[in-house]
Amino acid sequence: MGRKVVHKEQLAPNVIRMLVEAPEIAKKHRAGQFIVLRINETGERIPLTVADADVVKGTITLIFQVVGKTTMLLRDVPVGGEILDLVGPLGTPTHVENFGTAACVCGGIGTAPLYPIAKALKQAGNKVISIVGAQKASLLILEEEMQAVSSVLHISTDDGSKGFHGLVTDVLKKILDSGEKVDYIIAIGPLPMMKAVANTTRPYGVRTMVSLNSIMIDGTGMCGGCRVMVDGQRKFTCVDGPEFDGHQVDFDNLGARLKTYREMEERSRKEYEEHLCRLQPAAS
Amino acid sequence: MNEKPEQPKKPKKEKIPRQKMAEQDPRARIQNFDEVPYGFTEDQAKLEASRCLQCKKSKCRDGCPVDIDIPAFLKLIQEGEFIGAARKIKEQNALPAICGRVCPQEEQCEKLCLVGKKDQPVSIGYLERFAADFERNSGKIFLPAKRPPTGKRVAVVGSGPAGLTVAGELIKLGHQVTIFEALHKTGGVLVYGIPEFRLPKAVVQAEVDYLKAQGVEIQTSAVVGQSVTVDELLRDGFDAVFIGTGAGLPMFMNVPGENLNGVYSANEYLTRSNLMKAYLFPQYDTPIIKGKRVAVIGGGNVAMDSARTALRLGADKSMIIYRRSRVEMPARVDEVEHAEEEGVEFHLLTLPLEIKGDERGYVKSMICQKMELGEPDQSGRRRPVPIKGSEYEIAVDTVVVAIGNNPNPLVPKTTPDIQLHKWGGIVADEETGKTSKDAVYAGGDIVTGAATVILAMGAGKKAARAIHKQLTGEDLTPPQPSGGKDNAEE
Ligand SMILES: Cc1cc2nc3c(=O)[nH]c(=O)nc-3n(C[C@H](O)[C@H](O)[C@H](O)COP(=O)(O)OP(=O)(O)OC[C@H]3O[C@@H](n4cnc5c(N)ncnc54)[C@H](O)[C@@H]3O)c2cc1C
Ligand SMILES: Cc1cc2nc3c(=O)[nH]c(=O)nc-3n(C[C@H](O)[C@H](O)[C@H](O)COP(=O)(O)OP(=O)(O)OC[C@H]3O[C@@H](n4cnc5c(N)ncnc54)[C@H](O)[C@@H]3O)c2cc1C
Ligand code: SF4
Ligand code: SF4
Ligand code: FES
Repeated sequence: MGRKVVHKEQLAPNVIRMLVEAPEIAKKHRAGQFIVLRINETGERIPLTVADADVVKGTITLIFQVVGKTTMLLRDVPVGGEILDLVGPLGTPTHVENFGTAACVCGGIGTAPLYPIAKALKQAGNKVISIVGAQKASLLILEEEMQAVSSVLHISTDDGSKGFHGLVTDVLKKILDSGEKVDYIIAIGPLPMMKAVANTTRPYGVRTMVSLNSIMIDGTGMCGGCRVMVDGQRKFTCVDGPEFDGHQVDFDNLGARLKTYREMEERSRKEYEEHLCRLQPAAS
Repeated sequence: MNEKPEQPKKPKKEKIPRQKMAEQDPRARIQNFDEVPYGFTEDQAKLEASRCLQCKKSKCRDGCPVDIDIPAFLKLIQEGEFIGAARKIKEQNALPAICGRVCPQEEQCEKLCLVGKKDQPVSIGYLERFAADFERNSGKIFLPAKRPPTGKRVAVVGSGPAGLTVAGELIKLGHQVTIFEALHKTGGVLVYGIPEFRLPKAVVQAEVDYLKAQGVEIQTSAVVGQSVTVDELLRDGFDAVFIGTGAGLPMFMNVPGENLNGVYSANEYLTRSNLMKAYLFPQYDTPIIKGKRVAVIGGGNVAMDSARTALRLGADKSMIIYRRSRVEMPARVDEVEHAEEEGVEFHLLTLPLEIKGDERGYVKSMICQKMELGEPDQSGRRRPVPIKGSEYEIAVDTVVVAIGNNPNPLVPKTTPDIQLHKWGGIVADEETGKTSKDAVYAGGDIVTGAATVILAMGAGKKAARAIHKQLTGEDLTPPQPSGGKDNAEE
């Protein structure tokens, strides 16, 4: 059974692009949707965004950051190897229309999920202003791709090694202050970054969507583990989201919930790293 | 062998006490996830079956939603014809090893058993389990005769007991059947909800394998409503669709603190442990909080399963917090007893008001209030009312909310022309499972709200007959030889 990995490459340190055979998902998926995968029999289920799809070749693109055991295991699946289970497309697709001017703000690995959305917004006729941020130049990903789907592309790095020296919110604020009329904003990246974007845009009253990364299992609304509070209401990220109005999200609760299994995840990661070391004693 | 007249001191019929299954010792079993009861021995089974009076008007059958010919299979067991007994049961019930373990027998077949009038009723459930296990372990599972192919295709959405039953019935009738299951494993609640110590997953897998052997095609990781819609299934050549997606949307209490780390829905807690095998972490990658002081809110089977799972994950204290009294607890009697033996604490007439957390956002304690029973409500149950000033705090580090599930809205949401109840369930004809949409049927928890395995199976059987009629014009009701009674009550 399984799903075949047909291509794998490194985009930046610890960032992998992988193409996986999944013809029916390639056909069906829309911007903003994700898949849930389980690599092997003992594996956990994790969600990853469908960053791109090729209907003709029947493949989907996953772009992921290696952060723990499961993403390490995924990194180590060879081309030609298989992922045991993969289900999707899941989640509510991004609501795409011609808003006028849309700002797409992303940081780090968030560029991967943002790219298909920026592309869809552009296709819908929006003027797309993209703001892509990273810690440093070497961690920037999908620059060309973003360039191709943006009317204007801003780059910012925390250390100033490329583009604007500072944070994406600084760039965003400048644009908002410049008098340019922005009708819609979508931000995807680390939680603190999304929170900062929401706080930045709140005084301007521009609709600001964020894509939340709650911990998931089934991805179908069955477990409730992915719940978040939005405007005081309980929502399930996997079916009601992953996108929500950033001005309404309780980021602090989500931030705390993301840390639920910190110690166990750390243990899994260490044990897997030790396991890899034992496999390649010559490496040292 | 068992024909030897060595029967252990056979007393007079009335005097044989109800046999008990041997069980793992409570102190040992909370250290593992193995099944608790070992099942009857052959002698025990025969002895227990001999308690049956073989009533002409067997009341027990009226209590069984799928109308198993109970006296007939009990007679076969008494005669040592164990495989014959299993086949007799399977004429009406395709999943006897499962029902024998999880049916609320005391509310169904055994409730009406004549022996039960004066003595304890015949252990119909344990005997059903015995016969099914005997057949499975013998390896002599026979495949039922299949009718010639009709060329008709049916899609079954969901692989819980309702879906499995529909698939099993229709494949025998010569139709092509494909099951679409959202998760990576088949069985619905039987695999993700009910724990191993109550229903070994190998038992469920054997039933699924049996369907596969008969030609049922199963697509796991297929979420209908997302991967494919009901309309697309109909357009892609399926002649009928059965929806058995269950009641999988967890309810919460809406009290402060419910989103703290360490508060789980029972679905999440049990899914992590059962489906993802988090109890075997780190061999398995899915983590779960192994709480030391666990509070489970609710009084049903789901709550018992969660409380007993907590013990097995290493809790020092596992508590059931239930707002009504003992008699109102909807859980199976066996499970409540097992939970008690294992040391689960029951805090009855107790209502959680708030969950408190520490500075890192993890559960620290729970504020509860005592209740007393007031006037009976519409349902005749005495309504619990809070006692003012009785609030108190219990130290807990994990809270599992097991207060019920609503229907999963994925299929209804993407099938706009299907009629729903106000509470979200699908409206379906009670006798046929027909929905408001042409060629679409539904049954099980998605129609009734959270109920039982056997009711889901009963609904599946009726729907299968109706689907068969739609596809071929042939009317199979009433069912074959069993006397033409189509379980009039329920
Ligand atoms: C809808 C959605 C789309 C996502 N898309 C992408 C993507 O395109 N690229 C990408 O790199 N990452 C994406 N993520 C995040 C990705 O799922 C996590 O990085 C991954 O699960 C980490 O697993 P791990 O075992 O490698 O790390 P771990 O060490 O287990 O965890 C590291 C952190 O990842 C998060 N995490 C852990 N387990 C889960 C889980 N089961 N579900 C969700 N989060 C978890 C937690 O915050 C945890 O602290 C997405 C998350 C969501 C919810
Ligand atoms: C913990 C627990 C303990 C229980 N104990 C007992 C007991 O002891 N005795 C008893 O009689 N009953 C018990 N029950 C109740 C019983 O399990 C249910 O009534 C029964 O399983 C309902 O069967 P079903 O086929 O309707 O649905 P389910 O068993 O819920 O199966 C539905 C299936 O459909 C799948 N699905 C959902 N949406 C989709 C979709 N969009 N596409 C594809 N697939 C989908 C789900 O993943 C699931 O596998 C218990 C329930 C729980 C949760
Ligand atoms: S299926 Fe359930 S109700 Fe029917 S005989 Fe068996 S245990 Fe009793
Ligand atoms: S009612 Fe009891 S005694 Fe009578 S046939 Fe049924 S099981 Fe036997
Ligand atoms: S992941 Fe289980 S409900 Fe969202």
